[in-house]
Amino acid sequence: MIRLESITKSYPMGKRELVVLKGITLNIEKGELVAIMGPSGSGKTTLLNLLGCLDKPTSGSYYLEDREVSRLNSGELARIRGQKIGFIFQTFNLLSRLTALSNVELGMTYAGGINRQRAIEALAKVGLSDRVNHRPIELSGGEQQRVAIARALVKDPALFLADEPTGQLDSRSGEEIISILTSLHAEQGITLVVVTHDANIAQFCQRIIHLKDGEIVAEESV
Amino acid sequence: MKKWLDLLSTIWLGLSTHKLRSFLTILGIVIGVASVIILMSIGRGATAQILSNIQRMGSNLVTIMPGSFSFGGIRGGVSQTLTMEDAEAISQQVPDISAVAPSYSSNLQLVVGGKNTNSQVTGVTTEYMSVNNLKVASGTFFSGQDYERGAKVAVLGSSVVETLFGSTSPIGQQMRMGTIIVRVIGVLESKGGGFNSPDEAVFIPLTAMQQAVSQPRTAQGGRVVSSITLTVSDEKESPQVVEEITSLLRDRHRLGAGTDDDFRIMSMEELASALSQATGTMTLLLGAIAGISLLVGGIGVMNIMLVSVLERTREIGIRKALGARERDIWVQFLIEAALLTFAGGIIGAIIGWLVSYFVNSMGLMTTVVTPDIVILAVSVSVFIGLFFGFYPAWNASRLNPIEALRSE
Repeated sequence: MIRLESITKSYPMGKRELVVLKGITLNIEKGELVAIMGPSGSGKTTLLNLLGCLDKPTSGSYYLEDREVSRLNSGELARIRGQKIGFIFQTFNLLSRLTALSNVELGMTYAGGINRQRAIEALAKVGLSDRVNHRPIELSGGEQQRVAIARALVKDPALFLADEPTGQLDSRSGEEIISILTSLHAEQGITLVVVTHDANIAQFCQRIIHLKDGEIVAEESV
Repeated sequence: MKKWLDLLSTIWLGLSTHKLRSFLTILGIVIGVASVIILMSIGRGATAQILSNIQRMGSNLVTIMPGSFSFGGIRGGVSQTLTMEDAEAISQQVPDISAVAPSYSSNLQLVVGGKNTNSQVTGVTTEYMSVNNLKVASGTFFSGQDYERGAKVAVLGSSVVETLFGSTSPIGQQMRMGTIIVRVIGVLESKGGGFNSPDEAVFIPLTAMQQAVSQPRTAQGGRVVSSITLTVSDEKESPQVVEEITSLLRDRHRLGAGTDDDFRIMSMEELASALSQATGTMTLLLGAIAGISLLVGGIGVMNIMLVSVLERTREIGIRKALGARERDIWVQFLIEAALLTFAGGIIGAIIGWLVSYFVNSMGLMTTVVTPDIVILAVSVSVFIGLFFGFYPAWNASRLNPIEALRSE
């Protein structure tokens, strides 16, 4: 479903170029649960941004659901983000002035319109039926991340992208989040790519890709 | 439709979280719109008042006066060019005229008992009263019969009566006027002071006037008059009537092409339009000054919108990650700015209208608020929101989502 062919990404830094990704070739099948691991500076966040259509590769091709998306303009990329990608961030990135429900609805705003019933259902799936009208500040970190998962889930995206989803959580909340993600995978067959340092997450994945200095150095199947 | 409702609720949330700031932002617009409406209403009020004053004097009045003559390039004093015969010709040949009243004025000594004064005495025809909208407060005006036989009767303005008779009734009293004795038969209603006020005037039949002073004659033998006043049957015809009188008089006075008119024609209609044009300019000027405060308010809106965009960088990043296009962000912030200034415009319009209403009802000044001013002021404020919101909104839409998400 996802095909990366010799993807490179470099940023201009003064007169020189900083090469962050040096030719990534990768296939991810529908319904796969993939972890990307590597030390900081290895390019895993850059890779995630490219997968999430937040950025364009310097060279190479990116096919998402058999569509070449690496050459699209910003408006078309935004459309793909809205309809195909569900982000889960390390820092949750909820809007603090909105309730849990409104935050979930925000996920639908740019993906065809708000449907309150579906938003409530998505919150129920992550076990937050009783927190619908709470604001992020009234929720624990784990609960906030569950709202963020519901926000991604509600538009039924082709690809879930998680960036250190447990990075800001204590281990118990972290385990909750992992179990929600794995059960979503088991029940709904979601495709999830997760960038993490956390070996706990990686062990639930089917495939672990190790990145170092912008290159894939190892791939293991669990 | 639903998309727009979602957008509005998004914007409402944004604005309502910062109620005080939103209010302070629009305060500039509120004050701007209110002052535009107040100042314009004062200007419009002044125009309305001037026009109603003119209406009272008779907006269909046209006055013809002798012009200064020029001979060989040298301008002289007031010439004696208008004649009774001119007046008769106008009355007979120019259409759309309801009455023509020629008059001849002269300064004469008035003596009653021990008191005397110098006053402008005007010899008039019977039409003069109706043409000039004059009414007698006591007694009567002279009749056609009085006129025919040159009866030595006078109608006095109220100030003249006060000077010569004090509080005693002047009706039936004798008065010396230059070389003749006249009998007072009427007193005019006071019209208040001012230029050419009838309060200062003394009117006698033109036929009697010819006995008191020798009315000069022109070279062609016409009897000279000081002015001719006339009323147009429909004030809309005024410009056309003025034109026809001009060509008739030029013809009668044998003025060749290239020679200046030897008379001046002033119509109330013309005066009214000149005055309302002048007050209209004043109104615009007042509005423009108030408009400057609207502009300043707009800059305030831009300032706050820029701050707001900066503060909400992360929100913009989140929205973009969730699929918002540049246009979505742009529209959101632009409409937010326009809604702010629109609200400011509405509040300002209400305040401006209330203030104008109270100024008027307390009798301080005549103010007129017309819907067009309100519509103009409110739509200008929306335009200001769009104009000054454009740059901040564009700034917001151009943010890089990755960097925006990383910002604190």
